[in-house]
Amino acid sequence: MASAHHDEHPTGLKRWLFTTNHKDIGTLYLLFSLLMLFVGGAMALVVRAELFQPGLQIVDPHFFNQMTTMHALVMIFGAVMPGFVGFANWQLPMMIGAPDMALPRMNNWSFWILPFAFTLLLSGLFLPGGGPAGGWTLYAPLSTKGGMSMDFTILAIHMLGISSVLGAINIIVTVLNMRAPGMTLMKMPLFVWTWLITAFLLIAAMPVLAGAVTMLLTDRHFGTHFFDAAGGGDPVMFQHIFWFFGHPEVYIMILPAFGIASQIIPTFARKPLFGYESMVYATASIAFLSFIVWAHHMFTVGMPAGGELFFMYATMLIAVPTGVKVFNWVATMWRGSMTFETPMLYAIAFVFLFTIGGLSGLMLAIVPADFQYQDTYFVVAHFHYVLFSGAVMAMMGGAFYWLPKWTGHMYNETLGKWHFWLTAIFFNVTFFPQHFLGLAGMPRRIPDYALQFTEFNQISSIGAFGLGLSQLLFVYIIVQTIRGGKKATDKVWEGAEGLEWTLSSPPPYHSFVVAPTIK
Amino acid sequence: MSNCFKSIAGPAIASGAGLATGIFLMLFSSVAAAAYEYNLPPPATSIAREIMGLHNAIFFICVVIFVLVFGAMFYSIFAHRKSRGYKAAKFHESTTVEIVWTAIPFFILVGMAIPSTATLLRMEDTKTTADLVVKITGHQWKWQYEYLDQDINFFSALSTPSDQIENKAAKGEHYLLEVDKPLVIPIGKKVRFLITANDVIHSWWVPAFGVKKDAIPGFINESWTRVDAEGTYRGQCAELCGKDHGFMPVVVKAVSEDDFAKWVSEQKSQMVASAADSGKTWGKDELMTRGGKAYSANCQACHGAEGKGLPNMFPPMAGSAVAAGPVDAHIKAVLHGFKTGKFAAPMPAFAAQLSDTDVAAIVTYERNAFGNTAGDVIQPSQVKALR
Repeated sequence: MASAHHDEHPTGLKRWLFTTNHKDIGTLYLLFSLLMLFVGGAMALVVRAELFQPGLQIVDPHFFNQMTTMHALVMIFGAVMPGFVGFANWQLPMMIGAPDMALPRMNNWSFWILPFAFTLLLSGLFLPGGGPAGGWTLYAPLSTKGGMSMDFTILAIHMLGISSVLGAINIIVTVLNMRAPGMTLMKMPLFVWTWLITAFLLIAAMPVLAGAVTMLLTDRHFGTHFFDAAGGGDPVMFQHIFWFFGHPEVYIMILPAFGIASQIIPTFARKPLFGYESMVYATASIAFLSFIVWAHHMFTVGMPAGGELFFMYATMLIAVPTGVKVFNWVATMWRGSMTFETPMLYAIAFVFLFTIGGLSGLMLAIVPADFQYQDTYFVVAHFHYVLFSGAVMAMMGGAFYWLPKWTGHMYNETLGKWHFWLTAIFFNVTFFPQHFLGLAGMPRRIPDYALQFTEFNQISSIGAFGLGLSQLLFVYIIVQTIRGGKKATDKVWEGAEGLEWTLSSPPPYHSFVVAPTIK
Repeated sequence: MSNCFKSIAGPAIASGAGLATGIFLMLFSSVAAAAYEYNLPPPATSIAREIMGLHNAIFFICVVIFVLVFGAMFYSIFAHRKSRGYKAAKFHESTTVEIVWTAIPFFILVGMAIPSTATLLRMEDTKTTADLVVKITGHQWKWQYEYLDQDINFFSALSTPSDQIENKAAKGEHYLLEVDKPLVIPIGKKVRFLITANDVIHSWWVPAFGVKKDAIPGFINESWTRVDAEGTYRGQCAELCGKDHGFMPVVVKAVSEDDFAKWVSEQKSQMVASAADSGKTWGKDELMTRGGKAYSANCQACHGAEGKGLPNMFPPMAGSAVAAGPVDAHIKAVLHGFKTGKFAAPMPAFAAQLSDTDVAAIVTYERNAFGNTAGDVIQPSQVKALR
């Protein structure tokens, strides 16, 4: 009876609405993430179009602020976080030798919260006064004064937080309980490790954000004064609480990317990962440090010198485990027998470009210099190097790496390489000049700028449109691969190691019905 | 699979590089007097010089590390590839190597932290006596400067004409970095800034001084500077503070001690003159002229140059019920502010920012401009009575 029920496969819309299958839910997450990449990307293009020339041409400053704010919220909560959860859903059960996630119904729910949350968030744009315009950081008291779309945003963030925490619980329960016999923790693939640690970060950080936005809500409507100095509150307290969530959030968005790179590089170097154990410990150290460095986002608020020194030293320390990771990736490539299929190109670009973002992060940690960088385009360049060429390009690499396994078809390698080079080149054309803009003194979040910033802004805008349009090719390749193509072998890649490559391509509905044995 | 790389990477790199070169050439040729500023502006204080030194040194260290690590990686990519018949080695795990590449970065970081700490402690020295104290208050979207001992108090707002912003006129040299009345300070003196805000968080930033400090409503932050040379130094608000965040520049004029003393006495005589203004009875034309100027400095950011406002956000002035209704209510609205359910943004209170004469001029202007036909003339004495 139970098995008969298990094998029921509804079709059409019902399949997706009621699915409890980790692969279907993973697909939903990934497609949702892709959709949001385009929604958030379109907003970024509005911003870049306005910034192509000095003067106001296309949008008014209030709408410009809505675009920068929504771009960030959509990309962070809609594209990057759900994207990685999609990878986790598809890969974790296959990598640990389990049939599915541990809590399949909750899995369904954590996905289906998302479309509703984003409907709520995006509908803010059509409310009186427009969408939230105070930046994704929602700093009080600007956010306590905004229109009613701020309330929509707050409720949307609550829903997103619930979704993330449920997803994280599911991942922890799955990884800790459903590993195949013999797979000890220290035998888990690194992608599993990085997600396990990320899940703990999510559970610790998301409720803090929920608390912060709840206080905003009560300040706005119920007469509290948490962030209002006139009532005995403190606007800076909001920033402390926000960044206590916000910095772990940064690592929530990058640790799974570390995991993906750590799967891809050994495969195409045909050589085991150098220093598996130190990679695990480095990930855990980064996760720990992420909770004690939050105030480096707010060095200019007027902290005591002792506080600034503490946060400077703690932040600089993160460079040590991050360096360990980069050195390990390079050492894995060293004396390998490398080939350069699209996933490998993405993984190499990830290591290379993420390190640029890491080094500019180290510069930002130096408090006296940070006073010059804070809230300029230097920061914008920095976090796009870690978030786009870090998180997003790792996901693109991961998509090319596992797409043959997921669909049973090889993608078109020529088009894959075109997509890689277009993305990598236009990304750098877009964001590299922004370092210069920031150093030369251009503040972020401004719709118009002084004349000396014109040239680099033009280069950046041209790059942004190239980068945006190149992603249409990504969609084309994915659709083409889903619909057909050369049959993929089970192992797909010559150097692939791990349980997922022992399954057929595409894998069976319940990944491992019989648990495999690990040597 | 390995030869895929050669077959596609070649043309892809070539066409990508060709495209990028094309873009660069186009930009270089179209902008003759291109600025391409790529580093911190020339420092004007010893602190800014130290910051620049730190910035350059740490950047250099980062570049060296980057070149070493990725030199190794690209060598490996070139040499250790399957298409050259390279056979993979099997080594992995080495505690010695791991310890080495944990320890070396740590010591480099200690080397960076020492000079950074020294500079930071010099910057945070707010205990040494200052020669001049200026209180800086951020407002949406202008700065207020108060010289606490000299009893001078004024606002400093963007002076770039809206025609330039809307691309109806050619943009001036200091487009968006010019104000009606700059902050004036003497060179060679320690000037302490007490920084706060009136509404939301702003951030007062002059790159050449190496000073950036958030202006937070309800709290006072401290910072200081000692400028080396005379000149005009320009910066901007650095913290998102609402719609016109991009339009509240900071301009500081550093002058010699003598010129500063002269400037102070000029300010005092101007204050006496403006006190006399509020006593006299004004004609309609005078008020309309003054009101137009005061409107564009104080009201235009929200209510618009043509008085059209912004739907659902800021109410229009053209055809406004307030501008057609009782005079007292209109004056009170400007002085004390209010909030309606219809528009998202509240009207801020201007009582502390504007003189009686300016309020009278603005109210007169709003009631008789933009096609409004209230027809009345408001005197400073009427405003004074409602304060």
